[in-house]
Order: sequence, then structure tokens, then C-alpha cells
Amino acid sequence: MSSETLSTILFIVIVAVTIGITFWASRHTKTAADYYAGGRNFSGFQNGLAISGDYMSAASFLGISGAIALTGYDGFLYSIGFLVAWLVALLLVAELLRNSGRYTMADQLAYRMRQRPVRTAAATSTVVVSIFYLLAQMVGAGALVTLLLGIEGEWAIRLTILAVGMLMIFYVVVGGMKGTTWVQIVKAVLLMSGTILITVMVLAKFDFNLSDLLGAAASNTGKGDAFLEPGLKYGINTTSQIDFLSLGLALVLGTAGLPHILIRFYTVPTAKDARTSVNWAITLIGAFYLMSLVLGFGAAALLNTGPESEVATSGGNLASPLLAEEVGGGAGSNGGAILLAFIAAVAFATILAVVAGLTLTSASSVAHDMYANVWKKGKASEKDEVKVARIAAFVIGGIAIVLSIFAQELNIAFLVALAFAVAASANLPALVMNLFWKRFNTRGATWAIYGGLITCVGLVFFSPTVSGPTGVFWTSVDFSWFPLANPGIVSIPVGFLCGIIGTLTSREAGDEEAYVELEVRSLTGAGSEKATGE
Amino acid sequence: MTSATEDTGEGDGRVHLRSDHPIYVELHQTAEFAELRSKFRRFVFPATFAFMAWYLLYVVMSNWAHDFMSTEVVGHINVALVFGILQFVSTFLIAWMYGRYMEKNVDPLARDLNQRYDERIASEGLNR
Repeated sequence: MSSETLSTILFIVIVAVTIGITFWASRHTKTAADYYAGGRNFSGFQNGLAISGDYMSAASFLGISGAIALTGYDGFLYSIGFLVAWLVALLLVAELLRNSGRYTMADQLAYRMRQRPVRTAAATSTVVVSIFYLLAQMVGAGALVTLLLGIEGEWAIRLTILAVGMLMIFYVVVGGMKGTTWVQIVKAVLLMSGTILITVMVLAKFDFNLSDLLGAAASNTGKGDAFLEPGLKYGINTTSQIDFLSLGLALVLGTAGLPHILIRFYTVPTAKDARTSVNWAITLIGAFYLMSLVLGFGAAALLNTGPESEVATSGGNLASPLLAEEVGGGAGSNGGAILLAFIAAVAFATILAVVAGLTLTSASSVAHDMYANVWKKGKASEKDEVKVARIAAFVIGGIAIVLSIFAQELNIAFLVALAFAVAASANLPALVMNLFWKRFNTRGATWAIYGGLITCVGLVFFSPTVSGPTGVFWTSVDFSWFPLANPGIVSIPVGFLCGIIGTLTSREAGDEEAYVELEVRSLTGAGSEKATGE
Repeated sequence: MTSATEDTGEGDGRVHLRSDHPIYVELHQTAEFAELRSKFRRFVFPATFAFMAWYLLYVVMSNWAHDFMSTEVVGHINVALVFGILQFVSTFLIAWMYGRYMEKNVDPLARDLNQRYDERIASEGLNR
């Protein structure tokens, strides 16, 4: 049996299992807390798995090992930022947010600010971040799934995106947070087992000697020791070095501002469980990135990664699947076909789990923040709110499908980095200042969010990624006066600064009693939302 | 188990906002709360500063200390790789230390204050 046939069978199994989970979850979803937060009844360990499943996107799974396979050590730099970022989430955000919020990121701001302006701002940035991230996943899905199934052509890509999009809408509309969480848990287990298996098989080829593996990678790529040193990709000149610093900042500060990660903290009963879930997530994600290091250098050591190779033409995305085939016995062998199909299926499950989480996040924010609180001023019934959330999931999913079909040219890593940069520039400043600064007020919060968001997207618009010789949208005109591809180094300080200036210029004095209440509640959990049983 | 969603009642969909209950100000003024907050901050602020500085040092060195980072330690394993792996180790370590610190110093205080809140609310016969 060919690996394409096997992959197809495994894909169908994954689809069938996840559809089963979704129907099961829908029967246990009754209240709004069930739909948005899974009844707040997941254990710390379950949520830790789900967080890992939500966080380790196809960009992590295939992208990082691919980047290492092609650019050596510089690919590894990404994963360090992605991991250290979890300490920001653990120490400054997770528990305090669990205690003071309810369903969305905006809840925490609305706790002591004027609700309508802050909810509008927070919902805007939630949807923007999630759409960028969603596009990255779906554009990748189209190219990847067709590649893994061995089908070709523009229409195959479009149909794949449509199928992935419809599945994602189905999970979110029918299964809500419970369904989405279980899909993410299944995916995390698959991803970890697949990665462990391939890592062990690669290491076994080198008698578990890491130094030999690195040496083989350096010599097989023909790049020598430079392959093992930083600088192959980012060390070209001062601009690229500053660009890398800027990227590093966005990665480390972005995670704790990603709305689809933040709402996962609401799915556990207490703040302590939120802490446990982040600790599990750190363990799993850390172990995973350490293994990606082996996969990346393993691919460089064992595969052809030259400019004409399949690894290089797929932008590195095929490094892990082809490596699996190689350690399974090579192309044409049964072992190779089985392992390749397995890794392809893991990649497929990865994409499904991440897009479902993102769609749910946007839909929650549209329904809970915009519909129920901004438009209906808090007078919508719970039933109507959940109904609107389901409609919103449908609409957002549809928009994402259409955009991804027309955005095939966009670079995935660029979209992911942009989502992190917006999260770090717009969301994190508002969240952190709200928790730790008594004087912070409504204008500060809205200015921080809009200021960070507009600066970030604006700078990218005027960067060399959009126009000029390296531009994705315009190559004939060049208005790229901002030299960096990553705006974080400017836009993150701007986000904080806007928050500070907005706060100080507003006549609205920070409401001291409201801050007292927020502080007590976020630190002790007094009066926080309870689990709804089952 | 009381449900946060039940007591909002079908139909009014009350907005989750601060409650204005005087208990919060009272808890805020207790010595226990002051202790809890200072213990929380005493760990979280220095730790955040430390891991950010450590991480930025790594990024800056990867950029501008190429020769040092390329020094080989054992076989093909160079300083850059060791430094990178140490970032993983320090992340695991801080996360573990934080959990232990909170359990020992902060959680008991939070539990106590939380209980006072629950008792007060229950004694008033209110649902929340």
C-alpha cells in the first residue's frame, strides 16, 4: 500500500473520531459556561494537554524542524522564544486572569473599565490576531495536505481548504469549548507520540550521540560548522540582526497576549489548576521543541536539503514527514510508507485542532463582547448569546476559508510572526497594566490596544515584506520605508506608551475601589467564576 | 455546587462586572492580604526581570557574539547550543520553583481569604 493511501485512511479515521467527540460534547453543552469555557471543569493536566494542542501549530510542528533543516541553528532560535514566553503567561497572567475574567480576554478589562469601549477594542484585536493566525494555518493546510496526499493542482488546494474549514466550523458550532478541547487533547497525544517515535529512531541511527548527529548535519549540508552556529539566516547585516531582536521580543511577549491561549485558562475550576495546566504545557512544549531540534538536524543529516530538494522547495515543511519516511526504511519501503502516513496524519490533526481553537475564540468574542455587551448592553439572554456565538463561528469560518483561498501566496511564518507581534503590542500591555497599575483607566486601555494594533499592522504595511523587490503584494512599487520585517521592537513600546499617555491625559481618574476589588479577586479568587459541575 | 451561570437567571444575562460588595475593601485592608500581595510580588517581579534579562542576553549574544557562541565545548556541541538548552533548563526550573513557592507561601493565605469571602456571602444569604 502506498503512503498516500495509508495517509488517506488515517485522515478519515481522525475525521471520524473527532466528529464522534464533537457529537458527544454537544450533548454535554447546555449553558453559556459550557459552550465558552467547557463548564470550567477540565483538570490541570487535561488543560495542559489542550494548551499544548492549541499552541503547537503546524508552523511549530513542521515549520521549526524545517527551519532547522534549512538554516541550521537559526531555526532553533524560534523555539526558545516560543518556550520562554510561557513564563510570562505563568507568572503574570494565567492565574490572575482565571480569577478575574469569565469567557473572553475583554472580560478582565471590563471588570473595572467602562465596558463598551474596552470590549470593542479588545474584540477588535482578538479577531485581528485570530484571523492572521487562522490564515497562516489554513494557507499551510492547503499546500500541505495536498502534498501529503499526493494530489495536485489549484483546485485540490482549494477543496482541501474548504474541507478543513468546514470541519473546523463543525467542531466549533456543534461541540463548543468541550468539543474543541477534546480535539486538542487527542491531537496533543498524537503529536507527542509521533515526535517521540521519530526522535528516538533518528537518535538510534547515531547511537544516541548528539555530537555525531550534529557533525553529520554539518557535513551533509555542505555548510560545515557555520550550520551549527547562529547567524546563517539573521547574521547577514545589522538590519537583519535588529530584525531578529525584534522578532525575539514579539515571540517572548506575544504568547501571553494570544486570545486563543488566554481563554483556555477559563476551562479549569480554580487559579491553581490554571497554574498546573501551564506547568504541564511548559513541560510538553519544552520537550517537544527539544525533540524538534533532533528532527531538524536529523533531517539535515539524513536527507538531501539542497536548493532543488523536496525539503527546500516545500520551504522546509516536508522535512519531518520525509525524515519519518527515511528512518522508517526509506522511500518505497513499507516501514517508510507507514511512518510517513502517520506523521502526515499528525500534521493534519494539528491543523484541525489549532484552527478550531482560533475560530472558537473569535466567535466567543463577537458574541460575548460585541453582541451581548456592546450591542445588547448586557440584556441578551444566555441562549441568544450562545446562538449568536454559533452563527459567528459559521461566519468567521466562512471568511477564513475565502481569505485563505485568495491568500495562497502569503508566507506562513510571516503571518504567525505578525499575530504574535499584534498580541504583544496590543493585548499584553492592556492586560498587564490593568492588573498591576491602579491608575490605569478606560482611555489607557483602549489607546494601548488600538495604538499597539495600528502601529504593528501599519509598520508591516510599510515593511519590505509588503512592497518593493521582496514584497508579497506590490513588487513594482516600493513604499517600504520601515526596514524591518518584524515590527515588535517599535510597536510593543508604543503599545505600552499609548496606554500610559492615554491614562494620564484622561480626566477619568482610575477608580480606586474597582482596582481594590480586582486586586483582591485576582489574587485570592474570592468571587471568581465557579465550575458548573458534571 | 453553585453555578455562576444559574444565578444570572434566564433572561437578564447580567454583565459580569465588579460587584461593589464592601467585603472586597475589607479583605484588602487585612494584614493577610498585604502579606499575600507582597509575597506574590516578591517572587514574580524579580523572576520576570531575571528570565527576561537572561533571554535577551541570549538573543543579543546570538546576534553579536558570534565567535564566543561558536566555541566548541565537546565534539560538535558549541556554546550556542549549550546556551540554548540552558534557556530550556531555566524555564523548567523557574516554572517549578514558582509552583513550589506559591504552594508554600501564597496558596494558604489565598485559601483563607477566599473562605472569609464565602462565609460572608453565605451569611448574608446572597447567591454571590
